[in-house]
Amino acid sequence: MSSQDIPEENLPAEQDAHGAVSVADEHDPFADPGLPPHEHRVQDIDERAAKRSERVVAFLFTVSMLATVAFIASYVAIPHDKAIFVFPIGHINALNFALGLTLGVALFTIGAGAVHWARTLMSDVEIADERHAIEAPPEVKAKVLADFKQGAKESALGRRKLIRNTMFGALALFPLSGVMLLRDLGPLPGTKLRHTLWSKGKLLVNMNTNLPLRPSDVAVGSLTFAKPEGLEETDEEFQTEIAKSALMIVRLQPDNIKDKRELEWAHEGIVAFSKICTHVGCPISLYEQQTHHVLCPCHQSTFDLSDGARVIFGPAGHALPQLRIGVSDEGYLQALGDFEEPVGPAFWERG
Amino acid sequence: MKKLSTRRRHPLAAVVVLLLALAATGGLYAAFAPASKAQADESAQSLAIDEGKKLYAVGCASCHGTGGQGSSDAPSLVGVGSAAVDFQVGTGRMPAQQPGAQIPAKKVIYSQAEIDQLAAYIASLGAGPVIPTKNEYGPEGSDIAKGGELFRTNCAQCHNFTGKGGALTHGKFAPSLEGVAPKHIYEAMQTGPQNMPSFPDTTLSSKNKKDIIAYLNAVNGDNTESPGGLELGGLGPVSEGLFAWIFGLGALIAVAVWVAARTAKAKKS
Repeated sequence: MSSQDIPEENLPAEQDAHGAVSVADEHDPFADPGLPPHEHRVQDIDERAAKRSERVVAFLFTVSMLATVAFIASYVAIPHDKAIFVFPIGHINALNFALGLTLGVALFTIGAGAVHWARTLMSDVEIADERHAIEAPPEVKAKVLADFKQGAKESALGRRKLIRNTMFGALALFPLSGVMLLRDLGPLPGTKLRHTLWSKGKLLVNMNTNLPLRPSDVAVGSLTFAKPEGLEETDEEFQTEIAKSALMIVRLQPDNIKDKRELEWAHEGIVAFSKICTHVGCPISLYEQQTHHVLCPCHQSTFDLSDGARVIFGPAGHALPQLRIGVSDEGYLQALGDFEEPVGPAFWERG
Repeated sequence: MKKLSTRRRHPLAAVVVLLLALAATGGLYAAFAPASKAQADESAQSLAIDEGKKLYAVGCASCHGTGGQGSSDAPSLVGVGSAAVDFQVGTGRMPAQQPGAQIPAKKVIYSQAEIDQLAAYIASLGAGPVIPTKNEYGPEGSDIAKGGELFRTNCAQCHNFTGKGGALTHGKFAPSLEGVAPKHIYEAMQTGPQNMPSFPDTTLSSKNKKDIIAYLNAVNGDNTESPGGLELGGLGPVSEGLFAWIFGLGALIAVAVWVAARTAKAKKS
C-alpha cells in the first residue's frame, strides 16, 4: 500500500532529534555510531493497515486449517492406484499428489502467517542490550568455596571410611555394565569373511534358469550369473550367502587370456570371477565384451577380465578373486574348490 | 589326320578352330558353374541374398571387407547371423558415420525390405542368431514380474533399473531402452552388439527374453504411469540430489532472505 492514504496526522514528524549520535572524527576514529533512527511501518501508525494485516494472517491460518481437512479428506476419498496428469510434473499418482500438496500448503501457510504477523504487527523497535563481564564478584567466589569446605566437613567423608570406600567401589563398578553391552558388537566374524559356499564339486547354477550350466551354454561374449548348487532364493540365509558367492561367468578366446593362472583356472576359456567389487563390495557386472573390462558403478573401479581381473582404474585394491572351475562327470561346470582369497572389500586382518 | 593337316591353311580354318574353342569353353561352363546357380535362382531366398550382396558391396564392404571377413576398422560378419544385421541396420547404428568409442543409434537409412536382404546375405556367410518372430518377443504369455527379476539380475547394472541407460568407461554408454522396438531388444540380447555382452538362449531362454521385454514395456513404455511424477531422468540420487540442492535449498534461501528483509516503512510522500 502507498503512503498516500495514511491520515496526515498519524505520520511521524521529521526524524531529527531522535538520532543524536557521535560522529567519527580525527580524535575518535572508531566512535560508536549508535542505532539508526527508528522508522515506523504503515501498520504502526494506521489502524486500518494493521487490521488488514490481521485479516491476512488470519486468512493464512484458515487456509492451513482447510488444507489439513483436505489432507484427511483426500486420504479417505482418493483410491491409492489412481493416476492423473498434472502439468508440468506429468503422470503422477493422484493420492501422492493430493497428500503432498495439502500437507505442503497446511505447513507453509502456518509459517507464512507467522512470518507476516511478525513482520507487520509485532513490535519492530530495535533494542540494545548491554553486555557485562561474566566473572563472579570476589565475595560470591569466597562464599562458594566456604560452602564447599563446610559441606565436605559435614559429610564426614574423611572420617567414615567405610562409606567412602564402598561409594568409590560402586562408582567404579557401575560403568562396567556399559562396557559389558559393547559385547553386542560381536561376536567376531571368525573365518566367515574368508569362506563362501563354494567348495570342490559344487555345480555352477545359472541364476536365470536355476539349472546347472554346461560349458556349451556359455558363448564367447556372453555374460551369465551363477550361484552355488543347493542355494535357493527362498533360503533364510540366501542374501548373506549370495553376497559372498555370487559369480560372474564369461567366456574368452583362450588366446586372449593374458594371465597364466587365469587360463589354468578357466575351462576352455570360461572364467568365473567374484561379482563383488574389492573396493567396498558393490555388485559389479558392467561387462564390456569387446574390451573384457568390468566397471564398478559405485566408484568406477575397472577390472580387466582378460588379465586376471587386474585393477586398471579406480580405488579397488585387489584383483577380483577367481573361482577355479572344471567339468563334472555329467558334463556340468563345477567349482574345484573355494575362492583362494577372501571375496569383497579388504578388512583389517585380510593380510 | 592328313586330310586335316592339308587344310590347315584354308582361309576358314581359323574360324573353325575359334568355333570349336568357344563350344568347348561354353560346354565346360555349362557343365560346372551355372548348373547349381540356375536352380538356386528359382528361390526367393537366394534372390534376397543376391540383392543383399549388392547392397552390402555398396554400403558395408568398405569397412567389413568384400566378403564380410572384416578389417582393421570393423569386425568380421561371418557367423553374426541375421539378427545382428537387423539390429545394427534397423536401429540406424550401421552404416556407421564415424569411428568412435561407440556407434550411436541414428536415423535408419535402409527400408525393412533392404535390411532383410542384407540380413539374408550376411546369414549366408555363416550360421548365427536369426531374426526372432513376433511370438518370440510379443507380449502374449509373458510374466512381467519374472521379467523384472531377470532385468535386475542381468541388465540393470548398465541400463538402470527401468532401462534409462547409464555411463560406461571411456565414453561408452549403455543407451536408454525407451522407445526401442521389442524385436530390437530381443536381437540385442541375442547378439550382444558392440560392447554389450550377449545373453544367448542357452543361458537366458527365449521365454526369459520375452518376460524382460514385457517388463520394460511395463516400466518404461508409452503407457507407463509414474506414481512419483517428475522423474528427473530416472537416474537416481545424482539428478534428484542436484534438483534438491539447487531448487529446494534455493527456495529455502529465498524465503529466509524475504523473512529477514526490511519491512515497508511509512514515508511522507
